[in-house]
Amino acid sequence: MSDSVLYSVLLLASLGVVAAIMLYVVSKKFYVFENPLIAEVEELLPSANCGGCGSPGCKAFAEKLVNTEDISDLFCPVGGNEVMKQVAAVLGKEVAEKDPTLAVLRCQGGCDVRPKTTEYQGPRTCAISAMIYSGETDCQYGCLGDGDCVNVCKFDAMYMDESTGLPVIITDKCTSCGACVEACPRDIIEMRPKHKRDLKIFVGCLNEDKAGIAKKACDVACIGCSKCQDICPKDAVLMVNNLAYIDPVICTLCRKCVEVCPTNSIIETNFPPKKVKKVESESEANVESINLKTDA
Amino acid sequence: MLKTFPKGGIHPPENKITSSKGIKKMTLPKVVYVPISQHIGIPAEITVDVKDKVEIGQVIAKSGGFMSSNIHSPVAGTVTKLDKIIDTSGYKKQCIVIRTDLKDESNFTDTAYPLKTTITLEPKAILQKINDSGIVGLGGATFPSHVKLSIKEGTKLDHLIINGVECEPYLTADHRLMLEKAEEIIVGIKILMFALHIDKAIIGIENNKSDAIETFKKIITKDDHIKIAALKVKYPQGGEKQLVRALLNREVPKNGLPLDVGVIVHNVGTIFAIYQAIQHNIPLIERVVTVTGKKLENPSNYWVKIGTPITDLVNEVGGLPEDTRKIVNGGPMMGKAIKNMDVPVTKGTSGILVISEDEASRGEPKNCIRCGECVDVCPMGLEPHLLMNLSEKGMYEKASAEDIMTCIECGSCSYVCPSHRPLLDYIRFGKNSVKKMNTSKN
Amino acid sequence: MSAQPIIVSASPHVHSDRTSKKLMYDVVIALIPAFLVSVYVFGISALIVTSVAIISCIVFEYVIQKYLLKADVTITDGSALITGILLAFNLPSNLPIWMIITGSLVAIGVAKLSFGGLGFNIFNPALVGRVFLLISFPVQMTSWPTAFVNNTSVVDAVTGATSLGIIKEGLNMGETMTEISAKIPSSIDMLFGFTSGSLGEMSALALIVGGLYLIIRKVISWHIPITLLATIFIMTAIFWVANPEHYANPLIHLLTGGAILGAFFMATDLVTSPMTKKGMVIFAIGIGIITVVIRLFGAYPEGISFAILIMNAFVPLINKFFKPRRFGAKIKSKIV
Repeated sequence: MSDSVLYSVLLLASLGVVAAIMLYVVSKKFYVFENPLIAEVEELLPSANCGGCGSPGCKAFAEKLVNTEDISDLFCPVGGNEVMKQVAAVLGKEVAEKDPTLAVLRCQGGCDVRPKTTEYQGPRTCAISAMIYSGETDCQYGCLGDGDCVNVCKFDAMYMDESTGLPVIITDKCTSCGACVEACPRDIIEMRPKHKRDLKIFVGCLNEDKAGIAKKACDVACIGCSKCQDICPKDAVLMVNNLAYIDPVICTLCRKCVEVCPTNSIIETNFPPKKVKKVESESEANVESINLKTDA
Repeated sequence: MLKTFPKGGIHPPENKITSSKGIKKMTLPKVVYVPISQHIGIPAEITVDVKDKVEIGQVIAKSGGFMSSNIHSPVAGTVTKLDKIIDTSGYKKQCIVIRTDLKDESNFTDTAYPLKTTITLEPKAILQKINDSGIVGLGGATFPSHVKLSIKEGTKLDHLIINGVECEPYLTADHRLMLEKAEEIIVGIKILMFALHIDKAIIGIENNKSDAIETFKKIITKDDHIKIAALKVKYPQGGEKQLVRALLNREVPKNGLPLDVGVIVHNVGTIFAIYQAIQHNIPLIERVVTVTGKKLENPSNYWVKIGTPITDLVNEVGGLPEDTRKIVNGGPMMGKAIKNMDVPVTKGTSGILVISEDEASRGEPKNCIRCGECVDVCPMGLEPHLLMNLSEKGMYEKASAEDIMTCIECGSCSYVCPSHRPLLDYIRFGKNSVKKMNTSKN
Repeated sequence: MSAQPIIVSASPHVHSDRTSKKLMYDVVIALIPAFLVSVYVFGISALIVTSVAIISCIVFEYVIQKYLLKADVTITDGSALITGILLAFNLPSNLPIWMIITGSLVAIGVAKLSFGGLGFNIFNPALVGRVFLLISFPVQMTSWPTAFVNNTSVVDAVTGATSLGIIKEGLNMGETMTEISAKIPSSIDMLFGFTSGSLGEMSALALIVGGLYLIIRKVISWHIPITLLATIFIMTAIFWVANPEHYANPLIHLLTGGAILGAFFMATDLVTSPMTKKGMVIFAIGIGIITVVIRLFGAYPEGISFAILIMNAFVPLINKFFKPRRFGAKIKSKIV
């Protein structure tokens, strides 16, 4: 009895010793040197592995940061300026500061305003339906509604609105990693500068068709009437191919264009409700725009 | 034992309801929409302006490069617009809109020229003429013919193969053309044989068109060196590589062309267009289109001007049936469903198929039961189920290694899949992504 | 034009009328002759075992999909039905009902749904259920009621071993084949099913009829069953020729046990067999060899269930290495 106990104890112990020796030898023999800075930088990064920086993951980005001389081109959109500053401190290199951005959806063509004229059958992904034709509606520029952008979002910052069939961006969660921009075959999602209190003004349409055709396809399409361009005090509106585009850098968020748009295709978000006197609201908007850079 | 290709293939119901209907002349359309990109390659460059008067057969868009093709006005009339119209690609593309001049006599001249058998042009001039006449592959791929015919010096070429297979269900355009224009086609073949210095030609025809086989057999003589080969009915025998394999037992190498095995393949429609261009100086402005569908009042084959809106064609056969749910440009296996009825007929339109409610819907996709049917029927020896999985998961490198790019998109896999899986949809997507991946690498 | 918008989808716009559901029900039809024979031989108990297996398989699939996985319920696709029938066919007719239900739970819950449902299972569910029961309850699983004896009462059925069991036992006792062959039914009896064994392995003839139906309907191809049976035949023939007194003749091996059932219905299961014809042949040869090795040298008299399960595990590997030949991969044609 005691013999078998002794045997098993000895056997297990010797097995353990042999295994330990093997592990030790192997770990010594196959040791790979890695710059400890990489681990340190990786620690600082948000480890979201979203790919927004252009590298396949945070580890790869950390390696790139450590190994490149000039890292002013590199930027982690999720961590933002703060993380980049810390990285710069660790590495002793210069980083460029970037204005934070936010994804916006440049299409408002929900099912109620943009009627479906055909029915698509096949895999419900935008990438495939875009290969087959211009989509279920008559607008060949707008959202296809199959949610490729929602599927690629790693931060749960997007969802499909059942009632409109359009994706919605939750601005609080959006890290501006750019995955949705990449995924959208129609390039509807644009990265625009983040303003204070999430104030935004942009044209929610990409339709380049002539007025009649665009309007027929979608009630809220930009018909290229140029009224916004005429009223804009800062010349922030560009008209290209029957389509208005508001330059976010020049725009002062005065909201004049929103009022004149006959098809409501210019979107304003998070502004306080209009006051009765127009002049006041304007000045307020201007004040806000001054504070943009410092507080965003 | 009839010849065929060995691996894969399917037997969809033929439904060739229009095979006994002679080719009728289509009523002259009031307006034609001529897309400037009717071929594979660079779009043509528009050479006319709004309000210009154009003659029938006049060049209205010039070839934009080597891999491009001229486009001629199919009617005499006035250019009213240069607009973007949805074409068969499902997207709005640049089109030249011409209002037909109904008083212009040239619009009504009968094109039934007498048969002309003597070849007067020199080989070089023939090839140049084919280039000028805007001839593209009329089988559906719309590959510019002059590109196919510009053969590098020293290439060994021993067979000209004429594709009269028409393996797509429903379509009978090539079949009728072979019956009605057999002699012209034989002259066309001789023109090409002369131009390319090839001394042997084979016309491959599936056995379900025995009347066409008979017609050809009657008119060819021994000195022509033209053989007529009856083939076993199997889809996709009309695929170039499958046809070469069936007729000559030569296998076109992976990622290669029939040229690599000394063969050049042309569709019968293309051959007829070449005949018209060389012998009668008529550019490609008209083609045979089968307008068909089970519920249509009067399905038939038509000579149709390029640019005719599909509405006109459907009205010609008695209008759309009540329960129409899908309209396909081309055959049911490889044709493209169109978005609306204003899509114009292009050089590649071999048929218009109207599908009704009961057959239009796709089945609900279910789990793959790994039955291997798709592997069995793939004529290219691929594994569609695997390729679909790889492209769904975005593993394009792997898909490329599994030869996804050799897929000919015949649709046999999707046709047989008992679980109704959208195999070809994903494979096509995978091919696109692999292409993108490769271009971004270079 | 109808009120509904026109449909746009990618080609092809036609589809063959074969669906996976139809394939499944074809298999069910093919199993009917063998089922009728089993009812004829074992009477009401065969009916009870089969219906219990079918009902419990379908119920388990429903309950697990609906309440555990919260997924779409797919009990109508016929796959659970087949699993139930095949499981029953691998059980003795006097097996206690709770064991059948346990076997169904293992088949559906463990072998099928835990892998992800139809199409994702690596192992044949019915066989997993059967092997689970065989290992857990060896006595009950290997005491078969003798054909036509007392086929009305399940409780007091006279039980006996299968022919393969008798042979194995006899050989272990040192008897020669001549002595043993007196104890087992004749080959003709085996063909028509008057022997003892599991429900479905009764009549080789009925199974072959069903199998031929499947081949004619193109649900299965001939590659697996023919290769598998040929392998068993050739392997056992070699041993038999070498020493006829120690090894049973190949005909007995073909007609007894689950050889035919396994060849036509178990090994050919679409999900768990290879995709290509080449792969199928390799797969079937593997099963044949393992079966014969277990039968002749293993502890169990019958080994086809184990053989199929073992080869099931190799299917992904077979699929990887036996790919169809790519068109134009190697130019064999010559330019004339």
